[in-house]
Amino acid sequence: MKVHPSFLVSDYLLWALVVAVLVYVVYVCKNRHLLESWSLIAKNSITMVAVVVFCFYFFICLLDSIHLRIDSKSYSRDQVSVLDLVLPSHMVQSETTYSAPLSQSLYVKSLLSDHAGNSYRGHALLLGNKARLSTKSLRIRQSLLILEGVIIGLALGLFCHILFLIIFSYKKNISIWSCFNNIWQGKTRFALKSFWLTMFGCFIVLSVMFLLSINYHVMGTTQVGVDVLYETLKSIRTGIVIGTFTTVFMLPFALVLGSMAGYFGSIYDDVIQYIYITLSSIPGVLLISAVILVMQVYINQHAELFPTVSMRADIRLIALCIVLGITSWATLCRLIRAETLKLKQMDYVAAAKTQGVKPISILFKHILPNVMHIVIITVVLDFSSLVLAEAVLSYVGVGVDPSTFSWGNMINSARLEMAREPVVWWPLLSAMLVMFGLVLSANLLADSVRDAFDPKH
Amino acid sequence: MSDALIKVKNLTIKFPVKNSTSYTTVVDDVSFKINAGECVGIVGESGSGKTLTALSLLQLLPLSAVIGDNSSVIFNGNDLLSLTQKEVMKLRGSDIAVVFQDAITALNPVKTIGWQIAEVLRVHQIVKNKDIKSSVYKLLQDVGICDVSRCYLSYPHELSGGMRQRAMIAMALACKPKLLILDEPTTSLDVTVQAKIIDLLKDLQQQGMAMLFISHDLSVVSKLADYIVVMKDSTVVEQNKASDFFINPTSSYSKMLLSSLPNLKVQQKIPVKKENIVLVDGLKVHFPIKKGLLQRTSGYVAAVNNVSFTVNKGETLAIVGESGSGKTTVAKSLVRLLNATSGSISLNGIKLSSWINSKNGPWHRNIQMVYQDPYTALNPRMRVFDSIVEGMLAQIKSISRNDLIAKVDMLLEQVGLSLEYKWRFPHEFSGGERQRICIARALALNPGCLILDEPTSALDVSTQNKLLDLLLGIQEQLGISYILITHNIAVVAMMAHKVVVMHNGNTIEHGSSYDVLQNPTEEYTKTLLGSVPTINSLKEV
Amino acid sequence: MISYIIRRIVYAIPIVIGVNIITFMLFFMVNTPDDMARMYLGDKHVTPSAISRWKHDQGYDLPLFYNSDASAIGHVTDTLFFNKSLDLFTFNFGSSSQGRDISHDIWQRMWPSLALAVPTLILGLMVNLSFALLIVLFKGSYIDTFFSIVTVIMMSISGLFYIIFGQYIFGKILMMVPISGYQDGLSSFRFLLLPVVIGVVGGIGMGVRWYRTIFLEEMQKDYVRTARSKGLPEFSVLFNHVLKNGSLPIVTGIVVIIPSLFLGSLIMESFFGIPGLGSYTLDAISQQDFNIVRVMVFIGTLLYILGLILTDIVYAFVDPRIKIGA
Repeated sequence: MKVHPSFLVSDYLLWALVVAVLVYVVYVCKNRHLLESWSLIAKNSITMVAVVVFCFYFFICLLDSIHLRIDSKSYSRDQVSVLDLVLPSHMVQSETTYSAPLSQSLYVKSLLSDHAGNSYRGHALLLGNKARLSTKSLRIRQSLLILEGVIIGLALGLFCHILFLIIFSYKKNISIWSCFNNIWQGKTRFALKSFWLTMFGCFIVLSVMFLLSINYHVMGTTQVGVDVLYETLKSIRTGIVIGTFTTVFMLPFALVLGSMAGYFGSIYDDVIQYIYITLSSIPGVLLISAVILVMQVYINQHAELFPTVSMRADIRLIALCIVLGITSWATLCRLIRAETLKLKQMDYVAAAKTQGVKPISILFKHILPNVMHIVIITVVLDFSSLVLAEAVLSYVGVGVDPSTFSWGNMINSARLEMAREPVVWWPLLSAMLVMFGLVLSANLLADSVRDAFDPKH
Repeated sequence: MSDALIKVKNLTIKFPVKNSTSYTTVVDDVSFKINAGECVGIVGESGSGKTLTALSLLQLLPLSAVIGDNSSVIFNGNDLLSLTQKEVMKLRGSDIAVVFQDAITALNPVKTIGWQIAEVLRVHQIVKNKDIKSSVYKLLQDVGICDVSRCYLSYPHELSGGMRQRAMIAMALACKPKLLILDEPTTSLDVTVQAKIIDLLKDLQQQGMAMLFISHDLSVVSKLADYIVVMKDSTVVEQNKASDFFINPTSSYSKMLLSSLPNLKVQQKIPVKKENIVLVDGLKVHFPIKKGLLQRTSGYVAAVNNVSFTVNKGETLAIVGESGSGKTTVAKSLVRLLNATSGSISLNGIKLSSWINSKNGPWHRNIQMVYQDPYTALNPRMRVFDSIVEGMLAQIKSISRNDLIAKVDMLLEQVGLSLEYKWRFPHEFSGGERQRICIARALALNPGCLILDEPTSALDVSTQNKLLDLLLGIQEQLGISYILITHNIAVVAMMAHKVVVMHNGNTIEHGSSYDVLQNPTEEYTKTLLGSVPTINSLKEV
Repeated sequence: MISYIIRRIVYAIPIVIGVNIITFMLFFMVNTPDDMARMYLGDKHVTPSAISRWKHDQGYDLPLFYNSDASAIGHVTDTLFFNKSLDLFTFNFGSSSQGRDISHDIWQRMWPSLALAVPTLILGLMVNLSFALLIVLFKGSYIDTFFSIVTVIMMSISGLFYIIFGQYIFGKILMMVPISGYQDGLSSFRFLLLPVVIGVVGGIGMGVRWYRTIFLEEMQKDYVRTARSKGLPEFSVLFNHVLKNGSLPIVTGIVVIIPSLFLGSLIMESFFGIPGLGSYTLDAISQQDFNIVRVMVFIGTLLYILGLILTDIVYAFVDPRIKIGA
């Protein structure tokens, strides 16, 4: 069985982003100003919870961003990610059609034959379920699994916690017991109590889901039999990619053009204002659909560059991010321009001018570092609205490729399912819940970031 | 004792420290009393707690403030600190009124003056609704406003600073309060306007109004106060009758404050050689007014109109004027932050306009500027070292890091700062220290002339003198010239060889500082000098 | 004032032209007139002569930007771009690819869009303002914390969820209102009730937070302290002082989107089957009907610029510190 990595373009970009974040963390540690602002965020308990939850989401996204190609008969898809390998194989396989959460059989009736060879209409058993259990014993079995999961989760959490205590007590030169006390009595400088509570909580939830998924489908299955929870987890990557890449693409343009327009004024200002007002006037939907269509045509004409379905879908995802970036950079540009105009009046800019510092140097050394707080606030704020926007765009039909796992696609199909009799509610609920978790933690983080970085506070 | 109008006893105010359970004490065990018809002045530098003390009388403190258990403020037999919100609201504006510092921010910008004053009358139901307008008119007249009907309909931004402050005072007097609290009422005003407001307050005092006057300016307080309370770092350092206080202060802090008071006696200067560093001839700076569909220039605002002066080596020229006189515009044109409309500026004999192409190196090495506000003059995200060497890096092609460090060390020594400061950030320093860093930065390029734009106006009194001494020392050591822009006559008296008095863009008077300050010839100069509250006029008290 | 308006309109012209060029390019990058012809004629009847006949009928047989065959100014004017754009500027919208009169359709479909958008805006504004003022009045108390939590949660729930959930509960389970559809006249109330309510509820999270931030910022200002020192009760301070100052940024935020109300909300109209301009545009894009698309983009741009100009003017009226043109 040969295994070799086959990264998608968005994988490379995601990992590049991770590297950039690490570089930024190193930069922050050296710069006392920024370190203080970021520490303020770490002192707030609610934000700590949000950060931990967000990190778990991001971790799942990263696991899903290492794609491999396995030449083996048991894998039908062309590319598999590490997440697929980590999750229980039962989750990755497909059933036939709908099934309710935590059930043992299909949702719809089909033609079955019993051991006597007679046919009847009934609910077929799902894969991995050899015998049909009574509801009561099914639930007992599942409750036992949940209990097991809780214990395993606690154990995992405890393991990490003890490791942490050891390192912490070594660095601070105090006993492990007093470390433990400090954390759980809330006396630490950062909100470590909430940090560890959330960690334990997440470990427990993940372990329970993992154990249950070995034999059952926690959130049921879709029309084509794909495990709903699996689909939801895979969609995390799509959501995060859209939330981050869009901002990353538009950031340089907004920064450079906004600060140039504000600082140099006159013709530069007029031209840049013209550009962003014109771009803002075009209805976003049109721009996005046009670019997506162009992309499709390009892909069709150069089919040899994108041999696999996943690569085509991936390029469409990146194209969507670029287009969303183009439609949303105007707001950030306007904010940066306004801030640059204010900064131009500052005495230290005047002092630099009188000392003969070149305008480019002034822009880089004085203007840009002092507009970064707006950039950070916007980046974090926009994240949640972009994730929500993706859902809407998929509905309209100009979102991601229908073959990509995304919450938008899930909600889109959910609409019709709600009209079925009996109602199929679990894909919608699953997508909504998991998306809600990501967006809520991003919003809470955004609030904290704004409080920490807004100079007015 | 029993005739005291208001008695403050053991007042203690604390604020919680963010993200912790401890508190900082901002007002510590303050006690004083105000008798009916008496004016008590609270003097202190910024951060001494004087404003918070005054605000606490009407429960106007921020929500997070914690008042000490045994603090009390007795007024009319009641402890003001323990009144309910409803009871306090009845008191505010009617029995005790407040005049705040900066009228432009203290007044609601989107409501007319008339409406805002009428509001006090309405809330306390002093007069019947139909009489409100005429009452407001009368109040405005009483505070010395001439065009009462126009003022009634104006918005705060449409009035001058002095008129706004008068309107604020009218608003405070509307319900005939027993006590008037004034928090730095004249600090943001020009000296001539300030003098008029002080006259108005003196009239009120003669009519028997009790006042609590808060200021950092001892000379202004000296004009009005019967009783002085000196506060430093949240405690009362000294309190005494005004007459006794000024003759015989007891605490060292008060002695220091009194000795820092402006002295208009001009220091005699050693005359310098006639060696022109800066020559300004017929400088005009006009800003166009654009109107109409095609934005045609319909007129000009003459910010600077035909100003000429020379500065010799080692000399200090002071440009004096009030806000709007054009002195800052002159300074900015000298360093090319603004373009002159006509006239010439020459540095070291060479015209500024031709410096760009000259072989004598960039003009930046001849003249530099120290800015007014030390809090905005340094980039908060750059270390002190980087701020100082920025100019050097731009001017000198290649210079080794060691050379830079050596130069910065030399500069820091010159301005009296510790060498390790160069790796710190601006927010770690006080206003005075920041201003020294700015001076070091300006000296980095070895300029022949330094423009000082109101170098001490943002600083506390105790720091001001130290900074001026430093500047004098540097002038002696390096033989550098100064162009000193200021509205503070005392600074001129201490530092300047020559003076130029400006008003509305024009030069009113110029000459040696001794001639202009001791024997002014023009009317405006005489008014300006007469408006300055000084220790000399204390003798009249 | 008049000169200011005229100047702003003049500045707007290059923008409209720019938008037109970009729309034009975007659309024709995707389908050339040949492709459009093929789509409408269907694959069966495709012969080159049929294509060129269709193109000629529709006016698509001219070159895109530059006509080298024509003479002098005809180089520019005898092109597809010029012809199509000229019609727009004279408000001669022509007919869609299916032969319907565009102006008539726009006029008809404008009303449902407005009937949906205007009540949502007004009701939303009232609800958001009331909640925000309530929160600020009780600042620091449990009401404040409660609403902070609730608004963050409401903001983090996707609007789609409100729509689907609302349709399911009220339409299917409770059967109180029809799920979708529309009828003209007074009976439209039944069809608009649910979308308006859902639109308002979905906007509470964001709206209340934004207004709350604005009002809280105003409360920190000095004039509020002066107002209190005059003996005003807290709600009087709020209503007579803070509200008017805080309404400046709020008004500008509202006025700028008023013209766009005509275009309607694409999402709401699609989900609820309301025949407004939003769904009109959406359908045109998916059916690749360029005639409708360029008209809607043109109108959209005009309305957007109108919104910008209106904002400046209204701001000058509301804020006595601003004087236009002087």
